[in-house]
Amino acid sequence: MNTDAAAVLSAVQVKENKAVSAHEKGHSRRNNTYFFLRILFTVSGFFIAILVNLFFPQTADVEIKDYRLNIFGMNVGLTINDAYIFVLSALILVYALSGVRALNDKDSRRKYSRNAAFRFALGIALALWDIGGTKLQLFAQPFFPGPAQVIEAYLADGSYIAENLLYSLRLYAAGFSCGVIMGVGTGILIGWFPKVYYWVFPVLKITGVVPAVAWMPFALTLLPNSFSAAVFLIVICAWFQIAFLTAQGIQSTPRQNYEAARILGSSQTGLILHVAIPHAMPDIFTGISSANAMAFTTLVMSEMLGQPGGLGYYINQSKVWSAYYKVLAAIVIMAVLFSLINHIIGRIQKHTLRWQEGVLKK
Amino acid sequence: MSSSISITDVGRVYTDTDGNKVTALQDVSLDIREGEFVSIIGPSGCGKTTLLRLIAGLDKPRSGSLTIDGRDITDVSPERGYVFQQGGLFPWLTVEKNIAYGLRARKVFKREREKVSEYISMVGLDGFEKSYPHQISGGMAQRVAIARALINEPKALLLDEPMGALDSFTRSDLQDKLLELWKHKRITMILVTHDIDEAIYLSDRIVIMTPRPGRINRIIDVDLPRPRHRGGSEFLAMRKEILELFRLAQAEPQPEYMI
Ligand SMILES: Nc1ncnc2c1ncn2[C@@H]1O[C@H](COP(=O)(O)OP(=O)(O)OP(=O)(O)O)[C@@H](O)[C@H]1O
Ligand SMILES: [Mg+2]
Repeated sequence: MNTDAAAVLSAVQVKENKAVSAHEKGHSRRNNTYFFLRILFTVSGFFIAILVNLFFPQTADVEIKDYRLNIFGMNVGLTINDAYIFVLSALILVYALSGVRALNDKDSRRKYSRNAAFRFALGIALALWDIGGTKLQLFAQPFFPGPAQVIEAYLADGSYIAENLLYSLRLYAAGFSCGVIMGVGTGILIGWFPKVYYWVFPVLKITGVVPAVAWMPFALTLLPNSFSAAVFLIVICAWFQIAFLTAQGIQSTPRQNYEAARILGSSQTGLILHVAIPHAMPDIFTGISSANAMAFTTLVMSEMLGQPGGLGYYINQSKVWSAYYKVLAAIVIMAVLFSLINHIIGRIQKHTLRWQEGVLKK
Repeated sequence: MSSSISITDVGRVYTDTDGNKVTALQDVSLDIREGEFVSIIGPSGCGKTTLLRLIAGLDKPRSGSLTIDGRDITDVSPERGYVFQQGGLFPWLTVEKNIAYGLRARKVFKREREKVSEYISMVGLDGFEKSYPHQISGGMAQRVAIARALINEPKALLLDEPMGALDSFTRSDLQDKLLELWKHKRITMILVTHDIDEAIYLSDRIVIMTPRPGRINRIIDVDLPRPRHRGGSEFLAMRKEILELFRLAQAEPQPEYMI
């Protein structure tokens, strides 16, 4: 009797489950169609940009140069318009693929949908820029070239730009990593030892407000070469900022955390390594990200004022020749590079501070 | 694995930010036997935390002396575990790593790592190993704090209102857990609480303190057999007796409050 009832019950339940899942399926199918429309919407802006480039009449007198590239041993000839269309197609491909990848995850779907309008507008903006800059050439030349000309800079100067990019990266990596290590190190000493705080902190506070590039004359004359001079300037701007915040983070550790650790048997070094530093981590990262922004500024400035290479140097050089399309090309690279670095730092920060997730207001 | 603690004529005076002297403890004497469960109760500000911190070695008395097994208490030690009044966990460590902290701090983690899961189960936190302190409830956090203190196998465990912020169900649950641990490990327990029922339910002796200046007013032996019943007539009688003591203590003339 009892088992019968149970069987009936479970049968009913199964039916209900089926009904629910059928309902959900219908729902999600409708959702999927809707999301595909979103993807189409996202890429359609770039598609319009391609159509504009192909079919809008070239009225202004602009030289559409031809380049020959060596790709995997093949000798390929292409115009700057071809290259521009290639870039647009690549963007379409990337956004379409990321849309398909987002399909099965609710959060990434929502994020993707939110970005759709902006990405569409980006495509339209490129199309308008193409019309204004290249097709009709409405803007003052040579200051405002069209998108195809900016891409021309990469075709004409590709390996040279890459060389300068690497130079910038080397400078940044050397300077910033040194700055972080020294900043965190000094910050810990200042935060932990009252004596060090007394003697070093005021110095740091005063020198810290001076923009690093102000030291450039000294750096250039006293250091053996210009590379080390620039590294020095980046180190300075990262060092002070990070040391300042690290010290603050160490000092604000609640006494109870130390007491708990001491009672559990922690040594003095244990207190620094496993209590003070983890507690200071959020502040250390605040220091690192704000120092990072300053390091970019210092990097580009010092490259413009006396380096034999780097993106800043490339900009300066292009300006001399009035090649503003190259200046723009370098700026685009910087934007991408610096965002990428920010993104990487953000990822590391998020991972390191995962214990804070949900505690802080977003 | 337990030890006796004696406190003789201990006094502690704080100077507050305005420079006023606050006598947190005056002439406090108390002998705690090995393996005894002692509760300290009294109104807020009567010096309970101050006394516990002195026993832990986190603070030094202004007068008098504190010894454990005949040795002076001069510093903190892993043999006296401590559970803070609130928020003593490391927020950047998971439950598991908080509990393992003592092993790591004493550099025995490699040898004794299997104790971590043992202590996690002991306080009933299986499945929450990887959670961070802000992701668990207050009652769970206090259980983590207790496990973290016990993993060092202390001779005495000092608990500062570990159940202060808990609802009555979680509270009685944790009380039973604590009794079980005490029976099992035979540690000397010193528990600070606001809750008279809790004190009667758990302890061998109850120390009643009064404020301004903080001193011991009375020490009551709880001779009820265990397990105790909160509704039993002896239980209720004892409760009434203690309440009466507080009423008397409060009835002493306090001119500044009289109109
Ligand atoms: N660090 C300090 N500086 C100044 N005064 C203090 C300090 N710590 C405690 N006091 C004072 O000493 C007295 C006793 O404090 P204590 O924290 O020991 O009380 P308590 O019995 O634990 O109270 P509660 O039940 O509220 O936790 C209080 O009057 C308090 O104001
Ligand atoms: Mg207290």
